[in-house]
Amino acid sequence: MSSDAGTSAAVATPTRIQALREAIALALPNKLVEVANHTGELTYEVKADDLLAVAAVLRDAAPLKFEMCMDVCGVDYLSHGRDEWNTQNATSSGFSRGVARGAPPAHDLAPGRRFAAVYHLQSISLNQRLRLKVFCADDDAPMVDSVTDVWAGANWFEREAFDMFGILFKGHPDLRRLLTDYGFIGHPFRKDFPLSGHVEVRYDPEKARVVYQPVTIDPRVLVPKVIRHDNRYDPQLTNAPVHTTSIAKQDAT
Amino acid sequence: MAEIRNYTMNFGPQHPAAHGVLRLVLEMDGEVIQKADPHVGLLHRGTEKLAESKPFNQSIGYMDRLDYVSMMCNEHAYVLAIEKLLGLEPPLRAQYIRVMFDEITRILNHLLWLGAHSIDIGAMTVFLYCFREREDLMDCYEAVSGTRMHATYYRPGGVYRDLPESMPQYQYSEWRSKKDVDRLNSRRSGGLLDFIADFVKRFPACVDQYETLLTDNRIWKQRTVNIGVVSPQRAMQLGFSGPMLRGSGVEWDLRKKQPYEVYDQVDFDIPVGVNGDCYDRYLVRIEEMRQSNRIIEQCIAWLKANPGAVIIDDRKVRPPRREEMKGDMESLIHHFKLMTEGYCVPEGEVYAAVEAPKGELGVYLVSDGANKPYRLKVRAPGFAHISALDEMVRGHMLADVVAVIGTQDIVFGEIDR
Repeated sequence: MSSDAGTSAAVATPTRIQALREAIALALPNKLVEVANHTGELTYEVKADDLLAVAAVLRDAAPLKFEMCMDVCGVDYLSHGRDEWNTQNATSSGFSRGVARGAPPAHDLAPGRRFAAVYHLQSISLNQRLRLKVFCADDDAPMVDSVTDVWAGANWFEREAFDMFGILFKGHPDLRRLLTDYGFIGHPFRKDFPLSGHVEVRYDPEKARVVYQPVTIDPRVLVPKVIRHDNRYDPQLTNAPVHTTSIAKQDAT
Repeated sequence: MAEIRNYTMNFGPQHPAAHGVLRLVLEMDGEVIQKADPHVGLLHRGTEKLAESKPFNQSIGYMDRLDYVSMMCNEHAYVLAIEKLLGLEPPLRAQYIRVMFDEITRILNHLLWLGAHSIDIGAMTVFLYCFREREDLMDCYEAVSGTRMHATYYRPGGVYRDLPESMPQYQYSEWRSKKDVDRLNSRRSGGLLDFIADFVKRFPACVDQYETLLTDNRIWKQRTVNIGVVSPQRAMQLGFSGPMLRGSGVEWDLRKKQPYEVYDQVDFDIPVGVNGDCYDRYLVRIEEMRQSNRIIEQCIAWLKANPGAVIIDDRKVRPPRREEMKGDMESLIHHFKLMTEGYCVPEGEVYAAVEAPKGELGVYLVSDGANKPYRLKVRAPGFAHISALDEMVRGHMLADVVAVIGTQDIVFGEIDR
């Protein structure tokens, strides 16, 4: 999505993206694997072991110059692509029975594909962006090298990812919890952490202080998560999501 | 020599200069800061996790509550991300409306920042003047969306509705004199665009007024010049954006460099600072208000000349009109599906960033093809800024902490999310 001031972003993008792609292939051969993406943004997957070396090259190499790390965040792929309601064939069950309650989803991910740290890099001097994705090898104690020595601004973003997902950043100077309460247990943005949490606080007039107790509300789903196959976005039929209904209509008739 | 020990001081979370709920643990040597440890998260609501449990459109309202003084800019980043994934392009008129309201929002934000920053370091009057102008802009929000702050006005594919042709009027009451009511209503005789046009005409003089009070004020300069200096290299290292980056002399504005909507069609300038101190950042923001005013002026001219649709006509993402729904079976089905289930977004991931008043506000959206986001991450500009607070206040006096918090334009809604 980068373009010079004054030029139309739509015209400039493909050639500049291609140039950046070639520059990366030249500077970092065999280190990065491109992730296909229909939105026209460059996304690369890096092995956790290579991260620090790759980050240093991305920051310093002349055609890359990613001086800024805009964002670091964690992603938990535990329930990726899994819907809560069957949409392919008709069910005899109603909505409330269509949604499974309480039980954590069965774990069928390949090992080492659950937690990812995602880095959004930006180059001020060359006006380009890049996304890096690192999967953590160990699902139980996900760990990835800290990039705070390469980009000082990553410090708090990594603290947040640790707090929310439990991803450990090796070499981080101060890996404390950031957003959750003092003494909080668990990592709330993991997909197996319930939306309503585990504990709630209230003021106890007898003890004359604030107390923690197990949550008293039931989790409930108002709108089930559904995944529908949509012909308009089928990569077999179109290269990019072309926004017309014509393809869907042709298919239906 | 007597042994002098550092002592620790607690600042906030209920301190009026902490801009909300910031708890700072300061290690002091006399009155000089040795180390500042910000404790944030007191306003953490888990917005990103909540969004994962709702259809896409139902989270637009949450975005207003992130940076609650620049509401529509937050919506903008979120809506842009969805549009990129869906491959939608809103009609031109909607793009102009969005740009206009983004700039109104920028002025809203900078006015609050200016008022709060100046009252923090000792200038009372500016605060009152700023809120006088903010009131008019809040009325614009109210006229277009029905609420003064949390608008939920932007939608994927456009905006919720067109600009109203008439402004709400003040009623006569025993609490206000007739003369006062007539004066207030005199600006509201036309539509919303006329009201904004009137504001745009008045506003530069108002900025002059603030500047008269501050720019050459000796006390103001003593409190801001050479306080919290950040070099351009360091600002980039620390992930600064917006006026914090431009104050350090880096010419970087997403509206110019990576233009979205119609920012490449409007004429405006990017102010940059020289020294990277609080005073330069003050000057940058003041000039940004003037430039925003220019952009709004151009948008008004375009919008007056070009009526048309403000949202794409696609029933898969936007509900049909009420009267169509009542008479047409297909419209009823679309309405039912959109209201009960929402729309499914193709699998993929996207990062959409806008130049929010505080800096780059980015939304990273991962979709697995469902009607809800799989993962939503809001990259808040203030988050990167406050993480550098320690570095910026080290070696300064206690009173300068307040100046640095003010210059960072901290709002906890977006930092804690």
